[in-house]
Amino acid sequence: MAETAQYRVATATRTSRAGLFVLLAGVVFLATTPLWGGRAEMRLVVEFCYFLALAQMWNLLAGYAGLVSVGQQAFVGLGGYALFVFSIWLGVHPLLALPLAAVAAALFAIPTALIVFRLRGAYFAIGTWVTAEVYRLSFAQVSDLGGGSGMSLPIGVIKAVAGSRSERELVVFAIGVAVAVASTGIVYWLLRSRYGLGLTAIRDSEAASESLGVNNFRTKLYVYVLAASITGFIGALIYLQKFRIAPDAAFSLIDWTAYVIFIVVIGGIGRIEGPIVGTIVFFILREFLADLGSWYLMILGLVAVVVMLRAPQGIWGLLAARFDLHFFPVQRRLYRRDGSPP
Amino acid sequence: MDWVNAVIQGVLVGGLYALFATGLSLIFGVMRLVNIAHGDLIVLSSFLCLAIVSGLGLHPLIVLAIVVPLMFAIGYALQRGLLNFTLGPDILPPLLVTFGLSIVIQNALLEIFSADSQKLPAGALQTASLQIVEGLAVGVFPLIVFACAIAVIAGLQFLFYRTALGSAFRATSDDADTARLMGIDNRHIFALAMAISLAVVALAGVFLGMRTSFDPSIGPGRLIYAFEAVIIGGLGSLWGTLAGGIILGVSQIVGGKLFPGADQLAGHVVFLILLVVRPRGLFPRAVD
Repeated sequence: MAETAQYRVATATRTSRAGLFVLLAGVVFLATTPLWGGRAEMRLVVEFCYFLALAQMWNLLAGYAGLVSVGQQAFVGLGGYALFVFSIWLGVHPLLALPLAAVAAALFAIPTALIVFRLRGAYFAIGTWVTAEVYRLSFAQVSDLGGGSGMSLPIGVIKAVAGSRSERELVVFAIGVAVAVASTGIVYWLLRSRYGLGLTAIRDSEAASESLGVNNFRTKLYVYVLAASITGFIGALIYLQKFRIAPDAAFSLIDWTAYVIFIVVIGGIGRIEGPIVGTIVFFILREFLADLGSWYLMILGLVAVVVMLRAPQGIWGLLAARFDLHFFPVQRRLYRRDGSPP
Repeated sequence: MDWVNAVIQGVLVGGLYALFATGLSLIFGVMRLVNIAHGDLIVLSSFLCLAIVSGLGLHPLIVLAIVVPLMFAIGYALQRGLLNFTLGPDILPPLLVTFGLSIVIQNALLEIFSADSQKLPAGALQTASLQIVEGLAVGVFPLIVFACAIAVIAGLQFLFYRTALGSAFRATSDDADTARLMGIDNRHIFALAMAISLAVVALAGVFLGMRTSFDPSIGPGRLIYAFEAVIIGGLGSLWGTLAGGIILGVSQIVGGKLFPGADQLAGHVVFLILLVVRPRGLFPRAVD
């Protein structure tokens, strides 16, 4: 026992403390947009925030739980439609409908998981896609929700968010920034908890983690439902900003999953910093290339292919290895109490 | 008689779905690779055929003699030059690389051929039909497609279990490292498997283009049908894949008759039900 007392386990490093300040500065910069920017900048920041949050959730699934889903658009769409159903049919206040949408997405995620968890690896990926298609085609059949052509939020519901247009935009903006910060925080917190250890063990070897007492199925189910629920909340927020929903857009593979996958792959999969770097790169690329139309998507696809082949750990992975950077340290490091290396 | 007709139509469409699925099943069997770009490669074949048909003015079935070898070559090059580098214990690289490829192919087709709906001219074959009994006729073209599906599967079955190349495929599938020790060049074997897969894809793509209209965006939908047929049939079983295609085709056509406009949905729902009831498919062979 005397031997172990000479060591201590720590997760923080000097760069992680410095990194925290960089991140805080970034959050302050985004959160103060209404002070320095106009309406367009605020919209852009909200979009940045929900892509970042979606990317954190996809990264949690694919990068940590080994659940490579190409069907997360299912929960964006479900969350969006839940907002419409709760606020129009049931008369719930739209801001209260956001957390209810998260609950609804979680409820749908449980049976979905029980079906798709029967498939492994790449077949799991396509299975999640099929279930998303089922949701899309089902909502297109519901004529009370506008069928295939969709519907708009009535003016009464929009006015219930806040009286004036600028106040409404401020409300959506504040929720957007909060969602981005919260989803990053939740992933960080989760990974530092015992579930995080279990998750990383599952990612590295399912057989080994099961033999060490991790309940693989339950851990994966919890993570899947958590990610679905937050994705549902984001979906509701997206459609509270857009006011109009239609099945093809709400359950769009390209918008809500393909972009998100590119963000995470380019930024660095299996790292919390990855989605942040990826979202920044994605928005810079979009700013310069969006006018190119289909060339833009081709370039994004090619960049993702090259990154996956040449640098599968992504941009952040390269930087972290080069400069030993860990803004969100989830690894546990061993130190001697007297400060000498272990 | 209407319902009998619907079931027969469904079975025949199932032949086309089996052709979609065979290539996917083959490469999964040999190298555990799931090609997300599979559906887009089917549509790419349809467009290649269209370009040649409109350039040379030949019948699409004759153009098969160009498109099939062309896709065979593309398959070999694609595997040798790109996909071989993604194979390994981690499933993410092949999945994400083929996903990226799918987006690239879709948008390249969109850039070259625009989003317009196209169709391959089938000539007299389009409307020719055989009268079986009074009030029940079967199209000649769907019958040809179905016969081709059976021929392709029988041919692959022969290739797999009766030839030296088939032994090499099965050996690399069972244990790639030991197969290499026995003098098998994995890279070459994998490339041949992808080449054969894309040759079947070419056939499926041309038939698809002659049967219905197509545009650059329909690839992912075809991938999903192929995937459903493979899973319903059971991993690694080629005849199972045909059965899976037929079940999917019948579900869609009968479902569409019961609930107009819900044919796709009916197919997906039957697939999900079968997945719950028989998670390993009807005729499972491989253990993933």
